[in-house]
Amino acid sequence: MHRRGVGAGAIAKKKLTEAKYKERGTVLAEDQLAQMSKQLDMFKTNLEEFASKHKQEIRKNPEFRVQFQDMCATIGVDPLASGKGFWSEMLGVGDFYYELGVQIIEVCLALKHRNGGLITLEELHQQVLKGRGKFAQDVSQDDLIRAIKKLKALGSGFSIIPVGGTYLIQSVPAELNMDHTVVLQLAEKNGYVTVSEIKASLKWETERARQVLEHLLKEGLAWLDLQAPKEPHYWLPALFTDLYSQEITAEEAREALP
Amino acid sequence: MLNFTGNAIAKIVVHLHPAPPNKEPGPFQSSKNSYIKLSFREHGQIEFYRRLSEEMTQRRWETMPVSQSLQTNRRPQSGRIRAVGIVGIERKLEEKRKETDKNISEAFEDLSKLMIKAKEMVELSKSIANKIKEKQGDITEDETIRFKSYLLSMGIANPVTRETYGSGTQYHMQLAKQLVGILQVPLEERGGIMSLTEVYCLVNRARGMELLSPEDLVNACKMLDALKLPLRLRVFDSGVMVIELQSHKEEEMLASALETVSEKGSLTSEEFAKLVGMSVLLAKERLLLAEKMGHLCRDDSVEGLRFYPNLFMTQS
Repeated sequence: MHRRGVGAGAIAKKKLTEAKYKERGTVLAEDQLAQMSKQLDMFKTNLEEFASKHKQEIRKNPEFRVQFQDMCATIGVDPLASGKGFWSEMLGVGDFYYELGVQIIEVCLALKHRNGGLITLEELHQQVLKGRGKFAQDVSQDDLIRAIKKLKALGSGFSIIPVGGTYLIQSVPAELNMDHTVVLQLAEKNGYVTVSEIKASLKWETERARQVLEHLLKEGLAWLDLQAPKEPHYWLPALFTDLYSQEITAEEAREALP
Repeated sequence: MLNFTGNAIAKIVVHLHPAPPNKEPGPFQSSKNSYIKLSFREHGQIEFYRRLSEEMTQRRWETMPVSQSLQTNRRPQSGRIRAVGIVGIERKLEEKRKETDKNISEAFEDLSKLMIKAKEMVELSKSIANKIKEKQGDITEDETIRFKSYLLSMGIANPVTRETYGSGTQYHMQLAKQLVGILQVPLEERGGIMSLTEVYCLVNRARGMELLSPEDLVNACKMLDALKLPLRLRVFDSGVMVIELQSHKEEEMLASALETVSEKGSLTSEEFAKLVGMSVLLAKERLLLAEKMGHLCRDDSVEGLRFYPNLFMTQS
């Protein structure tokens, strides 16, 4: 009797069938790659057309940039991933954000000794605008946030901390966990925070509050005011609104340039 | 009076004082509502609130000269007092708004059409990625490289994890080679080591246009070793990334770091940075590495992080 599906013959036949399927697989991928190449060329043309009509809109209009970025994110495309990408090359979005990145790094470096590497988005915005001069394009806070998100890839500790309706930008690799962040958020109201305030608002034990404050002091993000009435105040220079209008000194600027 | 409520749609409510009896003539004699509500559906409320608060404090409108046209062209029309001057300005603004709106809506339309095509590319790339995953080794190196460059052009993240040079492409390989030329001298000037942030600024400032994205730089640097170039990428425990000359041996710098610290008794990162002429970021990394190797130990207090020679090791 002839048993089907077993024996060397059956195995060899199976292998042959598998190989044929694999071959087809190769052909399919090759086809699709060729198809993608063609579609890519077509897309490039479409993008060029779009750029010729609307490139200015993107450069001049922060709102339009937001729409553009949101749409890209929705479909799973990152127009800022590479300077070699079509978006960058044809729409010029790349240069806009990458240059902004450089300006952000320089401002943060120049002011680091004052605020320990923590700065409000507002102050960063003001200082960047000043650095760009009168004739540069308008940049919005949204633009700054997007540029900073890209800078994270460089590993130097950029992060964005939400506080009281705005954001604190961290530009040094200091370890800040949830406890630190929540105390920063508490301090945002008055620019300083005290142990009693932390205990009252967050219902923490004294020791926990003290540890967080000590860490902020060590990292240079907070300054200790022992002469404050009632109890020591922990001030956050990043939150001093008076510093917004202060110029970056020539020495600070020198420190910032590599 | 201003009120800022944080709801799903941000609103700013501007409360109006009743009109004083000696109010100057203007577009309206009085308002039938006692407040104005501004809704911010998308963005802008924080900036707007700030600027509005500023203006409410400065009250520049109270000191501005009243326009001449107001006096001469007063014509009561259905209970409202309007001035030609202001109407003319309003009309111009309206025209400009319509023109801008037209441009914007055309731009949005074109953008939407473009995005539909872009989405097709994304779908296609996913399908190819799946094929590659299924084939498990039957795709040629060449095909992989082609595919990666297509993804790069579109800004699509690489869905295939099997990669020979990280997520790098031909472009990144070329870039890596270029970096050697650009960075050789600056590195030598800075003691053989630079943080990636410094490199990013230096390279882009030099280029002026066609700038590199942060990811471009990182991907290029990841290929330095594989391409056997005289630079290398190094990642410290803290996550800080640096470029070093291959000839630079950070471990050898530790001996001189120890000497420097010993001479001064103790040093903070800032003090060390100033003495040696390094950035504070890299100075700190060097001291931390020296500590890790047992040459230094720390005194961590609220006054700062200070490093001392590790006498526990040398004097027992």
